[in-house]
Amino acid sequence: MDDLAIELKGIDKSFGAVHANKNINLAVRKGTIHGIIGENGAGKSTMMSILYGFYQADRGDIMVNGSKVIIRDPNVAIASGIGMVHQHFMLVDNFTVLENVMLGAEENAILNRGITNARAELKRLEEEYALDVDADAVIEELPVGLQQRVEILKALYRSAEILILDEPTGVLTPAEADHLFRILRQLRDQGKTIILITHKLREIMAITDEVSVMRRGEIVATRETAKTSVEELAELMVGRRVLLQVEKGDANPADVKLAVTNLTVRDGRGVVMVDNVSLDVRAGEIVGIAGVAGNGQSELLEAITGIRRAESGTVLLDGEAIGATGEADPALLRKRGLAHVPEDRHHMGLVLSFEENENAILGYHDDPEYLNGPMLNLENIRKAAQRSVEKYDIRPPDVRLKTANFSGGNQQKIVLAREMERDPIVLIIGQPTRGVDVGAIEFIHKRIIEMRDAGKAILLVSVELDEIRSLSDRILVMFAGRVVGERTPEATEGELGLLMAGVEEDQEAAQ
Amino acid sequence: MSSPYEKLPGWVEYVLIPLINLTVAFLVAGLVVLIVGQSPIKAASLLVQGAFGYGEGLGFTLYYATNFIFTGLAVSVAFHCGLFNIGGEGQAYIGGLGVALVCLWLDGIFPWYLTFLVAVTASALFGAAWAFIPGYLQAKRGSHVVITTIMFNFIASSLMVYMLVEVIKPLGSMAPQTRTFLEGGQLPRLDWLLAMFGFDIGGAPFNLSFIVALVAAFFVWVLIWRTRLGYEIRTMGASPTAARYAGIKDARIIIITMLISGGLAGMMALNPIMGDQHRLQLDFVAGAGFVGIAVALMGRSHPVGIIPAAILFGVLYQGGAEISFEMPEISRDMITIIQGLVILFAGALENMFRPALVAFFATMRGAGNPSEVSTSGE
Repeated sequence: MDDLAIELKGIDKSFGAVHANKNINLAVRKGTIHGIIGENGAGKSTMMSILYGFYQADRGDIMVNGSKVIIRDPNVAIASGIGMVHQHFMLVDNFTVLENVMLGAEENAILNRGITNARAELKRLEEEYALDVDADAVIEELPVGLQQRVEILKALYRSAEILILDEPTGVLTPAEADHLFRILRQLRDQGKTIILITHKLREIMAITDEVSVMRRGEIVATRETAKTSVEELAELMVGRRVLLQVEKGDANPADVKLAVTNLTVRDGRGVVMVDNVSLDVRAGEIVGIAGVAGNGQSELLEAITGIRRAESGTVLLDGEAIGATGEADPALLRKRGLAHVPEDRHHMGLVLSFEENENAILGYHDDPEYLNGPMLNLENIRKAAQRSVEKYDIRPPDVRLKTANFSGGNQQKIVLAREMERDPIVLIIGQPTRGVDVGAIEFIHKRIIEMRDAGKAILLVSVELDEIRSLSDRILVMFAGRVVGERTPEATEGELGLLMAGVEEDQEAAQ
Repeated sequence: MSSPYEKLPGWVEYVLIPLINLTVAFLVAGLVVLIVGQSPIKAASLLVQGAFGYGEGLGFTLYYATNFIFTGLAVSVAFHCGLFNIGGEGQAYIGGLGVALVCLWLDGIFPWYLTFLVAVTASALFGAAWAFIPGYLQAKRGSHVVITTIMFNFIASSLMVYMLVEVIKPLGSMAPQTRTFLEGGQLPRLDWLLAMFGFDIGGAPFNLSFIVALVAAFFVWVLIWRTRLGYEIRTMGASPTAARYAGIKDARIIIITMLISGGLAGMMALNPIMGDQHRLQLDFVAGAGFVGIAVALMGRSHPVGIIPAAILFGVLYQGGAEISFEMPEISRDMITIIQGLVILFAGALENMFRPALVAFFATMRGAGNPSEVSTSGE
């Protein structure tokens, strides 16, 4: 058929024993927005990496505009009219927009003429697609949404007809995401073909024309978006019915267990990351912190848990100061009842090269139960690990397996089991379901609610606004290191979105 | 982009891959011998014959291996903490000072076994002390141990020249070395051990230090895999951010690890000084500190790997000496080239044949399970 922009026929790819793509057949029609949805590890990124020439398929053909193409490397993909906007932008931070756009397509060793031509071409593209960016602005000074626009311009500059966007909204505020969707619709209306990779069902429903669902390396279904539903797609992704709504009763907040007052934290370069933040968390409630990634949430959590020194301010744990500006010690805080599920389980919550049972005691390894004098009590350690493996249904249930060999959801369960099973007073949770499959999300959310109902004070940080809204009893919004507002979970997404974009209370009231 | 490292069966990981690497190293070494117009077959048989073929050769092989076990363990303990201790050479050298001072002091008073106990302690303490400063600077000041330990090798070298020329040389002697220790400062040889297998070690200086090295290897295994300190060291080495999260005091662990590492390197001095020469000489370490790096790499920083790796380098030293004696066209430098090739293939290129083996075993096992793919997005 000649109206197909991309056709994948029988694509197969293995990494060693891992079969990442199994006999993939995918047809993307010209001039449409085609969504690819699936859980982490379903093979979406592998498939797109094959299409863009990062990997070679073991078997199968790629057809672009009806003719077979062998995509050895990204240059071939670009020459075939395929452009890619990566999840992590591939921009040179201290170059201008123009320099970034022409990078790799400079024409001559002497840049003079190239710059003139590029400037004219960039202007034409900006006008044609209404993608307004200052060509002379330096990338690091642009907001994330505009940086993404530069990535799109880069692809268009290389005359891409087919645009692949990999999880494009992960770093955007809801308003920025809406803007992106408007741009994508316009590009489609002007004849471009767009492939959108995401794990967010809402985005698929909002913008795509067709959607393909991936599960365990296979495309399990392709649907017209208008003729499917969120429930059907979720079921296809997971392979069974899932509960998308978290069920929870009313909170019964009791005493304040965690009190943060005027906390200010600077990062290594001296930039203020947390700016005079105050908040309380009571026993039996979940306080959620919403915000776009990078607005100080990570630094706030690290200061509260003693990992990072605060510059000023106090943190009271169950009424007693933790010494946030000085002697705070994560090991001591654990003993005092502060449990911490860190945002980055790969680098902080787990040691991936360790066996499961070794990670099950990380941070609690000086508990006398696990020691015989200076020696580790391996028997007790493995028994305890075995118990939590059973209780949290961690698969495979092998406490001697290397942690790196567990899936994201099971790795997260290892961390949760460790932190939740010790009856903490305060539980700090960062990004509980990042990179976790839908089935495990359901389980994790349920456990968090159970902890709340058992009277724990829970501080939750997530960049997934849906997660914050469905779990929290109160929502704080962080922007540029400050708490810019507090809302109830009934607040609309638009309202929270404005706060996340930094529109402050009084300004908002004035509007 | 992720290219997942697949799990291989244990025997492939720990036996087959090192063997393949070693075979390739020797094949390339054979080519080098061929290029200079000599017979690689003859060289190989001389190497084996020289290292294992008769009692004295075997004694020398194990004598050299003893040095390398100590320095290999020293490097590996630091590796586990993510530290690259290149200062084994200097730490062993200073450890030698400790051994010599104890022997000079006690050899006329105590029988050898009492002197030995004090000397073991002194060698470890002196080596540890030499590693303390780089460890402290890394922990508190962020000065990289690779740089500081290398510099401390030079400082140790100059300090020892000063000590031997100006301080502990006997009056009137022309040679920069101590006096020969009396019997109370000499370790017994282990000739009886090889005699049990029917070998006569002749003049080879194979001595009690070998047993000390094996005990040290066991001690390192217990330390790293069975103690709380070892757990903290491994956490630091594998993920400093996870260690901070867990409340492990990084400065403390870095300093302790460097002390242990330096102590092990210092203990190497027992072997040549108390076990062989019975005096302290200039440059007695003779590169063993650096060979320890290769031994640790090849032995995957595990005592069970370090002992055979150390013996392999003992073979290269002893068998190599035999080759250059019997085949004058092959110089000492050629032997160094062969050692270099072993280090290159077994250490730096240790994963060269890995992807092929992974693919091979994957096809053997049939299609796998895609649920463990880590996508680039995470």
